[in-house]
Amino acid sequence: MKFLFDFMDKNIAPLFEKGGKLERLYPLFEAGDTFTRTPAEVTPSSPHVRDSIDQKRLMVFVVYALLPCLFFGMWNAGHLFNINNNVENATSLTDMLRGATMVLPIVMVSYMVGGVWDLLFALVRRHEINEGFLVTGMLFPLVLPPTLPLWQVAIGISFGIIIGKEIFGGVGYNILNPALTGRAFLFFAYPAQISGDKVWIGSAKTPLDNNFLGTVAENVDGVTAATPLAVAAAAEQGSSAIAALGEAGFTLWNMTVGTISGCIGSTSVIAILIGMVFLLITGIASWRVMLSGIIGVVAIGALFNALPAETFSAFSQLPFYYHLVMGGFLFGIVFMATDPVSCAATNTGKWIYGFLIGGLTVVIRVANPAYPEGAMLAILFMNVMAPLVDHFVVQSHIKKRTAYARALNHA
Amino acid sequence: MASAAKKLLMDPFSDNNPITIQVLGICSALAVTVKVDTAIVMPLALTAVVTLSNFVISLLRNVIPSGIRMIVEMAVIATLVIIADQLLQAFLFDISKQLSVFVGLIITNCIVMGRAEAFALQNPPKDSLLDGLGNGLGYGIVLIAVASIREVLGFGSWLGFKLMPENYMGNGLALLAPGAFIILGLLIWAQRTVTKYVED
Repeated sequence: MKFLFDFMDKNIAPLFEKGGKLERLYPLFEAGDTFTRTPAEVTPSSPHVRDSIDQKRLMVFVVYALLPCLFFGMWNAGHLFNINNNVENATSLTDMLRGATMVLPIVMVSYMVGGVWDLLFALVRRHEINEGFLVTGMLFPLVLPPTLPLWQVAIGISFGIIIGKEIFGGVGYNILNPALTGRAFLFFAYPAQISGDKVWIGSAKTPLDNNFLGTVAENVDGVTAATPLAVAAAAEQGSSAIAALGEAGFTLWNMTVGTISGCIGSTSVIAILIGMVFLLITGIASWRVMLSGIIGVVAIGALFNALPAETFSAFSQLPFYYHLVMGGFLFGIVFMATDPVSCAATNTGKWIYGFLIGGLTVVIRVANPAYPEGAMLAILFMNVMAPLVDHFVVQSHIKKRTAYARALNHA
Repeated sequence: MASAAKKLLMDPFSDNNPITIQVLGICSALAVTVKVDTAIVMPLALTAVVTLSNFVISLLRNVIPSGIRMIVEMAVIATLVIIADQLLQAFLFDISKQLSVFVGLIITNCIVMGRAEAFALQNPPKDSLLDGLGNGLGYGIVLIAVASIREVLGFGSWLGFKLMPENYMGNGLALLAPGAFIILGLLIWAQRTVTKYVED
């Protein structure tokens, strides 16, 4: 190994360093170098943080935390496909493989197209390739329906990387979460492919679908399956939203396990909780944001529950704990709202920020008929408001300290 | 053409563009640029108004008491806008309907008011006329550029002609005001990169 490292340092590195032939490609070299071995550089002056976690480790840990969601999402996509297309003799293994053929292309396109943009900006702007992209490239596919056309995945991740991140100056300067920005773009640009009740379950279209993964007994043209949120929102006033959910086949149990239609990574509460525990143990994501987000949902959900049933929609009467397991809220609050760049920076600010995300999610879901899911818009909105929240937190702190100092002087 | 006059006319096209440099008149630039046809007619109306208002106000500049100059300017502009609106209703009724209130709102368009205040009050009629014409056309270029991008992305057509294949899927965001905001922002970015303009 030492021989290899010496060879790298002596013969390869000078090519890319200042004055070298390939100086323009330095970001590429730097990324490969620090990926394969731990950099030997240490900070020359204090403060010295003694922790083995650097930015690369941190970002890779988030990707690890997302893996349960990814694998469950793959299995679930294949499982629902096989059930709804009457595939004969489907097993868990063929479910998984079928799901992989649907989900992996989306993940690969997201990484490849996003990676090209990241590299391009790094080369033009001469900064290092940032690992934040590893997370964005994985988060983005997980909040898409498994049937999304690949060209839309490419456009969405491009928009998220360029408009959501790079034009503000790259990782660390972005106001919005890039993955959610990409999703919001697709949501408004091509609503037919990302919302409604035809997009959540794939349907067999080509002869290729009849392969070793199982025989499609009967071709179904466009499988229709509403998400729990759409079902609850459509429940008639005065009726029970729980009953409507039950009729459509949604129970608290299967919404928790996640064997329901929805975005690839966000259906299973259990998979998300595994990732959440991992993030909390490693201390990477802010527990304040997660906890206050859940409190926000509970508080505003309970508030809606307390409204009179005669004048408000059936959805408003749905017990608040349903909001925690339905839709993309939990995924959003665990993996997206906690994005260290776009979330509030102060601790008090994080409480306010999280609480408002939770509260707004419920308000948008229940009170706005145009958007069945509120988590995406709530998080993006609070991303924009986070600096304002921080500003007031800092101001009030300054005011308190000044008053304290004044009181001391007078005493 | 004398170089000073040429500068008056050409500057607003790029180096001192009312939209991409001064960031004025954004409201109508977002509202009427869903399709190219409205984005052609609207600047025509605005160019006519700003050119004539600059000319008239410049003629009157030595007799307007400074205390009531705003009111006089408004009277001139409002008169011209109403004439423009009536002409559109008479000859281009369909487009006039699509433009709805935005023709009337030229009265409050910052470009018209801004040129009257900043230029016409200090300069002779001929220069003011050229300045108004240049600014109106500079506004028009940006509007047509934004509308071209929006119509091609959103409908797959340009000025009503189909450009894209039959199965082209229109981009819904381009047709919404936020999409126009983003496109305008990107245009401003590109234009300022080319002209190397930096805001102080």
